[in-house]
Amino acid sequence: MISLESLNRALQHWLQSTLGDPWAYLVMCVLVGLAAITLFAVLGLALVYMERKVAALMQIRMGPNRVGPKGIFQTSADTLKLVMKEGLTPDGADKFLFNFAPFLVMIAAMLVLAPIAFARNFQIWDLNIGVLYVAAVSSIAVIGILMAGWSSNNKYSLLGAMRSAAQIVSYELSAGLAILSIVVLAGSLRISDIIASQADGWWIIKGHVPALIAFVIFLIAVTAETNRAPFDLAEAESELTAGFHTEYSGMKFALFFLAEYINIFIGCAIGATLFFGGWMPFHIGHWEAFNRVMDYIPSSLWFLGKTLFLIFLIMWFRWTFPRLRVDQLLNLEWKYLLPISMINLLFITLMAILGWHL
Amino acid sequence: MFLTDYIKTVYGTLGSLLKGMRLTGYYFTHKKEIITQQYPEVRPVLAERFKGEVVMPHNENNEHRCTGCTACELACPNGTIKIVTKTEVNAEGKKKKAIDTFVYRLELCTMCNLCVQACPSDAIIMANNFEHSVYDRRQFTKVLNLPGSKIMEGVE
Amino acid sequence: MLEEIGTNDQGDMIINIGPQHPSTHGVLHLVITLNGETVKKVEPHLGYIHRSIEKMCESLNYRQFIYVTSRMDYLSSHINNHACALCVEQGLQLEIPSRAQVIRVLLDELTRIASHQLWWGALAMDLGAFTPFFYAFREREMINEIMEETCGARLTMNYIVPGGLMMDVHPDFQRKVKAFLVQFRSKIHEYDELVTGNVIFQSRTKGVGILSKEDAISYGCTGPTGRGSGVSCDIRKLYPYEIYQQLQFDEVLEQGGDSFARYKVRIGEMIQSMNIIEQLIDNIPEGDFQAKTKAVLKLPKGDFYSRVETARGELGVYIISEGGTTPYRIKFRSPGFSNLSALDHMSRGGKIGDLMATMGTLDLVIPDIDR
Ligand code: SF4
Ligand code: SF4
Repeated sequence: MISLESLNRALQHWLQSTLGDPWAYLVMCVLVGLAAITLFAVLGLALVYMERKVAALMQIRMGPNRVGPKGIFQTSADTLKLVMKEGLTPDGADKFLFNFAPFLVMIAAMLVLAPIAFARNFQIWDLNIGVLYVAAVSSIAVIGILMAGWSSNNKYSLLGAMRSAAQIVSYELSAGLAILSIVVLAGSLRISDIIASQADGWWIIKGHVPALIAFVIFLIAVTAETNRAPFDLAEAESELTAGFHTEYSGMKFALFFLAEYINIFIGCAIGATLFFGGWMPFHIGHWEAFNRVMDYIPSSLWFLGKTLFLIFLIMWFRWTFPRLRVDQLLNLEWKYLLPISMINLLFITLMAILGWHL
Repeated sequence: MFLTDYIKTVYGTLGSLLKGMRLTGYYFTHKKEIITQQYPEVRPVLAERFKGEVVMPHNENNEHRCTGCTACELACPNGTIKIVTKTEVNAEGKKKKAIDTFVYRLELCTMCNLCVQACPSDAIIMANNFEHSVYDRRQFTKVLNLPGSKIMEGVE
Repeated sequence: MLEEIGTNDQGDMIINIGPQHPSTHGVLHLVITLNGETVKKVEPHLGYIHRSIEKMCESLNYRQFIYVTSRMDYLSSHINNHACALCVEQGLQLEIPSRAQVIRVLLDELTRIASHQLWWGALAMDLGAFTPFFYAFREREMINEIMEETCGARLTMNYIVPGGLMMDVHPDFQRKVKAFLVQFRSKIHEYDELVTGNVIFQSRTKGVGILSKEDAISYGCTGPTGRGSGVSCDIRKLYPYEIYQQLQFDEVLEQGGDSFARYKVRIGEMIQSMNIIEQLIDNIPEGDFQAKTKAVLKLPKGDFYSRVETARGELGVYIISEGGTTPYRIKFRSPGFSNLSALDHMSRGGKIGDLMATMGTLDLVIPDIDR
């Protein structure tokens, strides 16, 4: 059976036998880089298209349907438009930081891609502190946002950046605690171990109610960390026109836009890995026949399906709820999510010690 | 008690949010509720009274009903209509006033219908046409009576 | 660096919101003084859409000037026209046929519902929820179609002339209005599920932008803004015009004075308007739709005042006549202007987000304020 894993193996093998060790690694690095960039472009286009369709259907509209069949090339056309636009740098802006910020946000998003397992044994870098790495690196993005807001020399941008910083710093906590609760259950920070621990059932099922609570908190925190409605205060268009990227245009704006979607993808991929077993197929106890059928579905499809489901949930939030106010946003984190997730973590630890989970 | 209140708040919050999500979820899954009209392909059905443009109907003999009385010009609040009259000599040698050109400036018209109401001989009506865009604003200045048109028999 | 980004001597940040801004619904320009996120002062600047309608009306005769008033509060243009016609009829001492009166009131209430629906969607949009806007427009579209069929236009109707109506209603009018009532009653629960009951919405509006009863009176706030503060100011009840005296409906009053109270007043008003329409739709009397008037209208020397309840509050029309065919001086008392003047008072001490919520529940229409 052809799978991403076997393709990867074959390629590696071929490179090593023809080029020899150091060169093969170099070529592999370049290939991985190219693959990551392609993935970004495709993901960005696909997710924007998906968002527009989801939004349209929820708003009893049709959504893009003119460019290409069912409008699938609409987002490519939009990107083309953005590329051709002039990338303006305002006069009073700090030129270097202003131009650097979108790339920093993008680089942060790219780095987080490394430990994510896209399919069975298909991972760029399976490092032993995978989850910690993700939590740490993903918060670099906020520096980019702050940089963009400050260097634009625009009051809307500054306010938006401040809001975003306060928001991401606070929600990082409950996201971290939610991640921790699964780490406690799985007993490892390595992503492949966490996935392997779910071979007999996903944590959201095995972990009973506490895992469910952790999942809900994680989902809320991811929504907040990616600056999505109802937590999109950093770019609240009815208050701050466009928040931290008010002054950006053309391709630099597109990078921010792309980074937002990439971050959603990554957040949801982590969520799918931790709570839904990543590429692990759905297995029920000893129903061998059923499990065999489930195994037949390629692991990459499992991963993609779970991630897209989570992304859909986040889009669903966006198109249903009004936006919170900035003080309510912080109240929600510090008065509700943080205490709940702390108590929840205690429960989960107890569960893990006593072996109550399945 | 503090704790029960706290739990109640959390519970009520989740409940109200789920209610909203159920509604948007319903529309997401029911494609038949879509109300978009695919405009250029599906032509909108306009009401017959829709006020889109003032026109002067002509019959098959290229005749209209306008006597050139300028009542419409007077009724118009913003000078959209300009009527240039001429004197015609008919077969019996009697002199008669008739219109030379009925100038209508679409860009000034507010579709208020006052001119149509004012016209004593029902010479002008409101048409349904709504796609007015042109590349040159001069095209907005229209002459409503067709070239070579005459007044209908029997209209005074 | 601080000086560069625009602060005053107390170190407060000064921000221009508008005249081109997604939440000011037009060309309103607010200069707000901020201390961090807290609003210290709001200064509205007007004049970006001033068309001097009052001066224009002085050179138009009494038939012509009515259409201009559609361009003031364009969401209740029919009610504006109604106010002007009432003032002229008062001067001419015209008796309006009862058919015309009933149809005028019916269309008034339809306009009110349409205006409140748009406000509902726009408020949700101000608070960051986009979807309600489309649901509101779905029902509003039905009203617009009724208007298009009967008046020939969807927004600036110009259907009222001094003495009655320009033409009779469309034969389909009653059927369509009934269909709308059925549809709207079956959908109004969505308004509650999506917005009213939503905790985020409630926490954004409850206790936000408080206007006490005394302040509402001293700022001259009328309409749902005044009634949300417990001021009884419904012109349809206090100074009934046309046939409002014979109708059964309640004046919706809330005592809260906050944004949520104003919200509830408007939702209640939509239901009351539906009740009014239900009472009238089967009882449109037969007869003329227009009283006989002279070709050239001349108001006697003197001054005339009429007031109506638009979707936003009390609209007053004041005409001074020298006996000619055009008004000597005309003055509109527009509800939006007085309501806007209370904005500074209401939003001081709140956050920027509160300012948007307050502004949303004031239901500002800028051409109405600026004229
Ligand atoms: S519709 Fe009104 S504005 Fe247009 S030409 Fe007739 S009277 Fe003038
Ligand atoms: S269109 Fe009617 S009102 Fe105007 S000049 Fe002709 S006849 Fe008179």
